[in-house]
Amino acid sequence: MSLLTLEGLDLRHGLLEAVRGVSLELGEGEVLALVGANGAGKTTLLRGIAGAHRPAAGRILLEGTDITRVPAYQRVRMGIALVPEGRRLFANLTVEENLLVAAQRARRGGWTIDAVIEAFPMLEALRRQRAATLSGGEGQAAAIGRALMTNPRLLLLDEVSLGLAPVAVDAVYAALRAVIAAGTTVLLVDQDFTRAAGLADRVVCMLEGRFVLEGKGSELTREQITDAYFGLGRAMAVAG
Amino acid sequence: MTWVNDVVQGILLGGYYGIIACGLALMFGVMRIINLAHGDIAVLGAFLMYLLLQHWSVSPFIALLPVLPTMILFGYVLQRLILQRSLRAGILTPLLATFGLSIVIQNALEQGFGPDVQSLGAQAGSIVTAAWQINSQLSISALGGLILGTAVVIYAALQLYLSRTTSGRQMRAAAEDPDTAELVGINSRAVYARATAIAIGIATLGGLALALRSTFQSYSGPDQLIFAFEAVVIGGLGSSLWGALLGGIVLGVAQTIGAQINPEWSILSGHIVFLLVLISPRGGLLTLRSRRGARSALSGAGA
Repeated sequence: MSLLTLEGLDLRHGLLEAVRGVSLELGEGEVLALVGANGAGKTTLLRGIAGAHRPAAGRILLEGTDITRVPAYQRVRMGIALVPEGRRLFANLTVEENLLVAAQRARRGGWTIDAVIEAFPMLEALRRQRAATLSGGEGQAAAIGRALMTNPRLLLLDEVSLGLAPVAVDAVYAALRAVIAAGTTVLLVDQDFTRAAGLADRVVCMLEGRFVLEGKGSELTREQITDAYFGLGRAMAVAG
Repeated sequence: MTWVNDVVQGILLGGYYGIIACGLALMFGVMRIINLAHGDIAVLGAFLMYLLLQHWSVSPFIALLPVLPTMILFGYVLQRLILQRSLRAGILTPLLATFGLSIVIQNALEQGFGPDVQSLGAQAGSIVTAAWQINSQLSISALGGLILGTAVVIYAALQLYLSRTTSGRQMRAAAEDPDTAELVGINSRAVYARATAIAIGIATLGGLALALRSTFQSYSGPDQLIFAFEAVVIGGLGSSLWGALLGGIVLGVAQTIGAQINPEWSILSGHIVFLLVLISPRGGLLTLRSRRGARSALSGAGA
């Protein structure tokens, strides 16, 4: 059985239909990269899966259990964690407190503060610092660490490398590989297609709220992605 | 020497303002709710103790024992049933909701207890009249000392709670970003209800302090609210937790010194200090701060 199933999911911002009738099956341990232009609905989709955005229609199932109406904080305990766009750390809490606060309602599992710091060694020296003082890369590490503290089965990552220095992106992706190797299912959004596709088993391209292209990361060509990304070849995308 | 005495008496009075201000600052810091019924809730607590004492001849401190948990529960239910709903409709609605609540409480108290002025000082025994005579000019009343001591204990306990406990960390996280707090497993609504429960509990302690050191009646709430509000603003509106106690002390000292100059100036001089802070460059930052500062409202409690 797939870990996550979306059935005809509709997510709206008022009158704007950000996500339109999206269906998806995501297997346990699978890594899916979601690409698409700004405004394609990627962030809204991730927030919908995490429970921060209530769907207008459709269903979300976790291992066959309907969680469409389950509030976000309860989904955390079921094993869904979102690393939000812009990291959204609690700026006035220390790095350690940011991690601790997420551990409170966590699933059981192997992620502890020590394990997170082992995965992101740069956090060791910053434990007692307020999160507001962190650089982009440090903040992203702390944000991913905070999500990991809940011992997620499904880790949703929004704009992983946005605003990070290349060296920080390398560090974050290296840590992500370790997380994936541990068996965590990952759904990630990143503008950096090459990196995201390199990590992912499968790539889905979103355009105006719909999935327009889907394929294995290694098989899709850059042209196919570019066309789907900008909506240039919709007819072809359906075939793809 | 009279000036020294004024300052000392002002500090003691400030302890009371600090207690009254604490819950107001907490609710603002965590939820951005300005609870206009805060003073009335303190007076409600005082009347509940008064009610018990009419049937039960015990010390007001004993009467506090059943009233405090009742009021804490009231705070929890108030948040869950009324304030949480009003929060969904934007920032203005909770203000209106608490304004309405204030009127409801005042009228209910008027209906239930009449317009008479009450005090619990007479039932409290020797603590109300006892004082440490330092010299002929200066004495410290035991009650004033007790109230100031209670204020310090309340602020210290709240600081420890927010910085050291699981529940307190959740409260600071939810205060800063309720949306993200939910994404790490925190039930923000439950946290908010906890914050209101604590705030109302502290307001009840303020109600007891009022009832012991002074008098109260069904319409005493708004006066207490104004002093609490002034203390919070003088203390730097949510820039730190202890600011509210400090603000209360500044207000208290301003009032006693004003009264020394001219008895009619007591309350007025407190208001003047409040207005001076508001128009000072620091006070002018208030609007700026309440946007960002809303995010850092409990920062003083942090690491």
